[in-house]
Amino acid sequence: MTEISVVEAVRLAHARAMAEDDTVLVLGEDVGVNGGVFRATEGLLERFGPERVFDTPLSEALFVGLAVGLGAQGFRPVVEFQFMGFIYPAIDQLVNHASRLRSRTQGRLTCPIVVRAPYGGGIHAPEHHSESAEAMFTHIPGLRVVIPSSPAKAYGLLLAAIRDPDPVVFLEPKHAYRAPKEEVADDGQALPLDRCFVVREGRDITLIGWGAMMTEVLTAADRLAEEGVSAEVIDVATLKPLDMETILGSVSRTGRCVIVHEAPLTGGFGGEIAARLADRGLVDLLAPVKRVAGYDTVMPLSRLETHYMPSAARIVAAARQALDYA
Amino acid sequence: MSAERDTTRTVATFAVDFTRFMNPDGSLCGPLPDFAEDLATLAGLYRDMVRLRAFDAKAVALQRTGRLGTYASSLGQEAVAVGVGAAMTAEDVLLPSFREQGAQFCHGVTMVEILRYWGGDERGSDYAGPRDDFPICVPVGTHAPHAVGVALAFKLRRQPRVAVCVLGDGATSKGDLYEAMNLAGVWRLPVVFVVNNNGWAISVPRASQTACETLAQKAIAAGFAGHQVDGNDVIAVLDGVRRAVERARAGDGPALLEALSYRLGDHTTVDDASRYRDDAEVSARWKEEPILRLRRHLTDGGHWTKADEDRLLEEAAAEVDAAAEAYLATPPRAPESIFDHLYAELPRQLAEQRSEVAEGGHD
Repeated sequence: MTEISVVEAVRLAHARAMAEDDTVLVLGEDVGVNGGVFRATEGLLERFGPERVFDTPLSEALFVGLAVGLGAQGFRPVVEFQFMGFIYPAIDQLVNHASRLRSRTQGRLTCPIVVRAPYGGGIHAPEHHSESAEAMFTHIPGLRVVIPSSPAKAYGLLLAAIRDPDPVVFLEPKHAYRAPKEEVADDGQALPLDRCFVVREGRDITLIGWGAMMTEVLTAADRLAEEGVSAEVIDVATLKPLDMETILGSVSRTGRCVIVHEAPLTGGFGGEIAARLADRGLVDLLAPVKRVAGYDTVMPLSRLETHYMPSAARIVAAARQALDYA
Repeated sequence: MSAERDTTRTVATFAVDFTRFMNPDGSLCGPLPDFAEDLATLAGLYRDMVRLRAFDAKAVALQRTGRLGTYASSLGQEAVAVGVGAAMTAEDVLLPSFREQGAQFCHGVTMVEILRYWGGDERGSDYAGPRDDFPICVPVGTHAPHAVGVALAFKLRRQPRVAVCVLGDGATSKGDLYEAMNLAGVWRLPVVFVVNNNGWAISVPRASQTACETLAQKAIAAGFAGHQVDGNDVIAVLDGVRRAVERARAGDGPALLEALSYRLGDHTTVDDASRYRDDAEVSARWKEEPILRLRRHLTDGGHWTKADEDRLLEEAAAEVDAAAEAYLATPPRAPESIFDHLYAELPRQLAEQRSEVAEGGHD
């Protein structure tokens, strides 16, 4: 078994899903001949043909609406956005149609679609290419919101998303697209769409993150370990629906918690987790819940983006505050 | 741009045709299409338009008496709805906006279902008849991309089916329609867009919506034909939509039909059109309305009598009364059913919220 990257795992999951189900289609800009701007769909056109893989015109609002029509007719389209920054024209289709077609027709018409978009900063991309808007999607009833952090999770969660009978927004951390790599078995095994992953067990504090931030979170956990602090690390992975049992279980043991995300602090999904901890886990908390997030600024262009992105150092500093609290 | 002899030449031209068979007084402009020579067919179209007008009147009355929510009457546009519905086969898929109840009835949606929808009950969109038809689309023009998705599904399965998307004149200003038409054109999908140009997008008149001479010509930019028909002439609507649908079914790609009608009523029951348009304009348009026009044609030909008319009105009244009664007798949904079709299977995370509703919340 060779080690593969997140983007290779995404490609592998597409191929697996398309091979096992003829109704799975791939749509988007440059996904066919060019194999996608990140090569996430490379080889799919050659293998599955032009009636399964479609290069669409450059119309973002259209892709998702097109997928809604295909989904209602029993297909399972997977739509690729080149960057999350271009997804906003399609929000109308996600809010008004994809997420509620099942509900508004009482199950008569359904929307088994996946909307994929690379998100986040750290690769020195142009303007509008580096934002993290996951919280916007978690606010939409009827959607699932999934963010893998590793090749194995990208493979298993994307398979699950494609097989799921409801619309899934699948956000891929492009900072983690090429590295690190890991061994992934192409065994068709999906991962659950409603569970957080405890990626490291610990006793003293719980560090919670998702997507590309997991690299920083794990680095922070390593540094804390050097100081003798045992940090438990949780990869949320499926933001909606949110598995609070795992988070509450961890915090009930550690009593302290830092939540990390790239997205701006205000209205970020960390606020939702913190609110639920305050509601259900208050008696277990030994310190205030800390959040390390992007600042409430416009995502800066590449020269200053590292100052915006939460770093292991900021996470360690927040953890110390939580640990030092009386 | 200078038009020097050898530097600039015309590389594209276009034309938009307009079709009408019946003048407002019911007289004919020329030979009728074959289907319209059949009196039973015309009588059927007439009956459907009269039923629709009776239904709209009943729905507005229910709203005015607090028994229905906001409602969009199709008063004056019955020929568009009925012409579209009559042009479709059962296998085709209708994607309506919010004023196409007449087309929906022709395609098998029931009056009770439409009343349930506007009465605030999602079960009204669980059509027992046309299972593949899309529900009413309230956000303007956002169903146009769905129509091309449905049409792509037909093309991929090699099914001889057509998606028919109905929009209002206001929707032609939206990018959703342009993007959908663009894809339909480039992939030659079996989809027909019908624009019910009733002259008004709430308070904004057609002239303020676009500088184009016609709305039909918007299809030209997407690479396929746009036609205008007299939307108050049900024969012209049916003929135009049917030709477009059959061409699409045969693999000849999409088309757009602009049906010129007039909104004789308010935008919806919460609108007051007297705030922005003159009574004189509306009064003049009553002389062109579609039901009177076809009745004149039938009556002048000696094919429709006062007795026929009386009987039809009586039947239509009985039908809409029965639909209203059935609607009003609809058993209520359990409050917690708002969770029932959110996902195929309710995530365990939502069980608590569902229980709270089931137990009555904090009432």
